[in-house]
Amino acid sequence: MSAAIWVEKLSKQYKLGHANPTLRDRISGMMTLDFLREKPEEETLWALRNVSLSVQHGETVGIIGRNGAGKSTLLKILSKITYPTSGSTGIDGRVISLLEVGTGFHEELTGRENIYLNGSILGMPKKEVKRQLDAIVEFSGLEKFIDTPIKRFSSGMRLRLGFAVAAHLDPDILILDEVLAVGDAEFQKKCLDTIQKLRASARTILFVSHNLAAVENLCERCIWIDHGEVHMDGKSQTVIKDYMGSMRKSTAAVMDLGETQNRRGNGKIRFQGLEFLSPEGIPQKVIRAGDPVVMRFHYRVHEPVSFPSLGFRMHTETGALVTETSTSHHGIYIPSVALGTGYLDLEIDCLNLLAAKYAISLWATNQNGSLVYDNVENAVTLEVDAANPYGSNFVIDGRFGIVFFPQKWDLTGMSGHVQSTPDTLMNSNESLTRD
Amino acid sequence: MSTTPIVSTMALDRGYMRRDSMAEFWRYRELLYFFAWRDIKVRYRQAFLGTSWAVIQPLFNMVLFAGVFGRLAHMPSNGIPYPIFSYCALLPWTYFSVVIGLASNSVTNNHSLVTKVYFPRVLLPAGTALAGLLDFVVASLLLVGMIIYYHLKVSWLILLTPLAVLLMVLLTLGVSMFLAAISVRYRDVKYVLPFVIQLLLFATPIIYPVTMVPKRFRPILALNPCWGMVDSFRACLLPNQPVDLKLIAVSIGLTFVVFVGGFLYFRNSEKSFADII
Repeated sequence: MSAAIWVEKLSKQYKLGHANPTLRDRISGMMTLDFLREKPEEETLWALRNVSLSVQHGETVGIIGRNGAGKSTLLKILSKITYPTSGSTGIDGRVISLLEVGTGFHEELTGRENIYLNGSILGMPKKEVKRQLDAIVEFSGLEKFIDTPIKRFSSGMRLRLGFAVAAHLDPDILILDEVLAVGDAEFQKKCLDTIQKLRASARTILFVSHNLAAVENLCERCIWIDHGEVHMDGKSQTVIKDYMGSMRKSTAAVMDLGETQNRRGNGKIRFQGLEFLSPEGIPQKVIRAGDPVVMRFHYRVHEPVSFPSLGFRMHTETGALVTETSTSHHGIYIPSVALGTGYLDLEIDCLNLLAAKYAISLWATNQNGSLVYDNVENAVTLEVDAANPYGSNFVIDGRFGIVFFPQKWDLTGMSGHVQSTPDTLMNSNESLTRD
Repeated sequence: MSTTPIVSTMALDRGYMRRDSMAEFWRYRELLYFFAWRDIKVRYRQAFLGTSWAVIQPLFNMVLFAGVFGRLAHMPSNGIPYPIFSYCALLPWTYFSVVIGLASNSVTNNHSLVTKVYFPRVLLPAGTALAGLLDFVVASLLLVGMIIYYHLKVSWLILLTPLAVLLMVLLTLGVSMFLAAISVRYRDVKYVLPFVIQLLLFATPIIYPVTMVPKRFRPILALNPCWGMVDSFRACLLPNQPVDLKLIAVSIGLTFVVFVGGFLYFRNSEKSFADII
C-alpha cells in the first residue's frame, strides 16, 4: 500500500476582523498616513497548525472534531480551494471532492442541463455524462421533472439530483464533507450505499462528519482534529470513544436550577439540578441512543413535606410530549423527606430515544398532584446522539423517528426464504465487513 | 514517503501555478464551454425576443448616434455613411463594454462555486468573454447587411478581420480578468465601472473619427487600447480608412500588455479568492 493523500506540516492562518477592507478604508488609510505608522498587531486564527498525516490507497478515513476545529479547512486545502499558509499536501490519483451536493446548480436551467453543468464542474467529461445520463436520471428518480427548470424543484429534489451526479463520478480518491447531514432517510441510505460501494472497490475515501455512528460504521480509521491539530489518529472505535469522553468532560456539569425564576409552586421543595450519569457514575452531556443512563434529580427541601411525588415530562423540540413519569406512577410512596439537599436517581437501562434534543420539565407535587411544590418548565435539555442501536451498519438518527424499540425481525414465516448467514450477507455487500 | 508518482502536489511556491497551468487549462476546456453555454442559456431564457437582443442593443445605439451626431451635428465620418461608420466601431465596443461589465462580477457571482470546488478560476471571466462572442456574431450579421445595403467596396483588408476580432477578445479578456479579480476584494468596482465605460465611450473615437482629434493629442489617444480595437475593425472593414500605423501599433501593443497584466494579476490573487470572497 502507498499513500494516496499526504499532508506535511500544514498550517493555515486566517486574519480576523477586517477581512475585506473597502477602497474607502484604503484611501482613508492613505490620507491619515496609516501606512507610515507601525502596523497594529492583527488578530489571527490558526485554523490548522502543523498537521501531518497520510492516507493509504484503499483506506476509508473519517475526520471528527468540534465545530471550528479545522476539519473543513483541511478538506478545502486538499481540494485546492484555499491555500495553506505553510506546509504541503499531495494527492496521488484522480480526486473528486464533494463539499456540497449540487455545487453550481443554476436555478434557470433544467434538471438535465444541470446534470451536464454539475458533472462538468466536478470534472466529469461531457462524453461520460452523456453515456451515463439515463443512469443518472434513473438514480435520481426525477424522470418526470428532468426538463423542468430546477427553480421549481424542492430542496429534496435538488439534493437527489446533485447526489445522482456525484454517485456516477468515478474517482480514485473521494473527499466528502458532511454530505450525510442533509436529506431524508431514503437519501441518507443512498449516500451510505454509494460510499459502501466505493469502499468495496478499494477507493480511498476521506470524510468529515458529525455523525459519529456513520464514521464508526464506514471507517476503519478515524482522525480527531482539535484546535487545528491532529489530536488522535487510530482505530475508529477507540478514537470515537475518547472523543465522546472528552465531550462529556468538557461540558458535563450539574445544571444549576437553584437560581431560576421560571418556576411555579409553593417552594417547599426546589429542584437544584438534573444530572445525566453513566452507569459508572460519570457525568455526561450527550448520550448515545441505546446507551444506559442514570438521571439524577438534585433537590433541596425547605419545609417538611410528606408523601411527595417527583417526576418529569419530556418534550421533543417541536413540543410533542414523549413521556411523563414520576415516583407516584411507579406506586412509590415516600412518607417524608429530610430537610436540606438530597438527590433521587432514575435508572434507564436503554435510552430508546433517537438522536435529537429533548426538553425536560421537572415537577414535585403532593401525592395526588393537587398541591404543587415546584415546577420548572423546560428546565434541562437532554441531547441524544445518533448511534446504531440495532447493531447493524445502518445509522439510525433523528430522521427515523423519536424512539426505537428493543426488537427483532423473525423471518421463519417467509415462504421460500433461505436463512441468510453472515456469509451470504457479506457476499451481497462485502464492504460491510469490519476487520 | 512514497514511491508513486505525484499526480498533483501543492506547495506554496508560485511555480506550481505556472508549471502545469497550461495542461490544466486544456483538461478544463469543457468547463469553459459549459460556463459560456450556461451564460447564454440563462441570459436569453424567458426573454421573448431571445438573441435578437444582441442586434437590438448596438442597433439602438447606432440609430441614436446616427440621429444625434450624423444628422443633427453633421459629424464627419471619413467619407463613409455615418450609420455604418459608427456601427463598425460600436460592434467591438458593445462586445467589450458588455463583457467587462458582466465579467467583473463573474467571480463574485459564483462565490458558491469558488468556495466549494476547484477549477481554474480564470474560466469564469473567460467563459463570460466566450459567451459574449455569440452576441457579437449575431450583431455582425447586421454589419454585413449594412455593407451590402450601402454598396461599400471592401478591400482585401477584410481578410484581416479575424485578427481584429482576436485583438478585441484579448483586450476584453485582459480587462475582464483584472476587474473580476479586483472586485473580489473591492466591491466598489461594480459602482465605478458604469462611469468608466461611459467615459471610455467618448474618450475613444467610436462615434467620431480620429481626424477630429487634434494631431498633437493623438499620442495620448494611443494610450487607450480601445482605440486600437475599434480602429482595427474600421481599417479591415471600411474602404480607404486613414491609419496612423505608428500610433495604432502602440495601442495594439498596450492591448497585449493589458492581457498579460490582467492574467498575471488574476493568477496572483486567485489563491485568496476563497478566503476573502
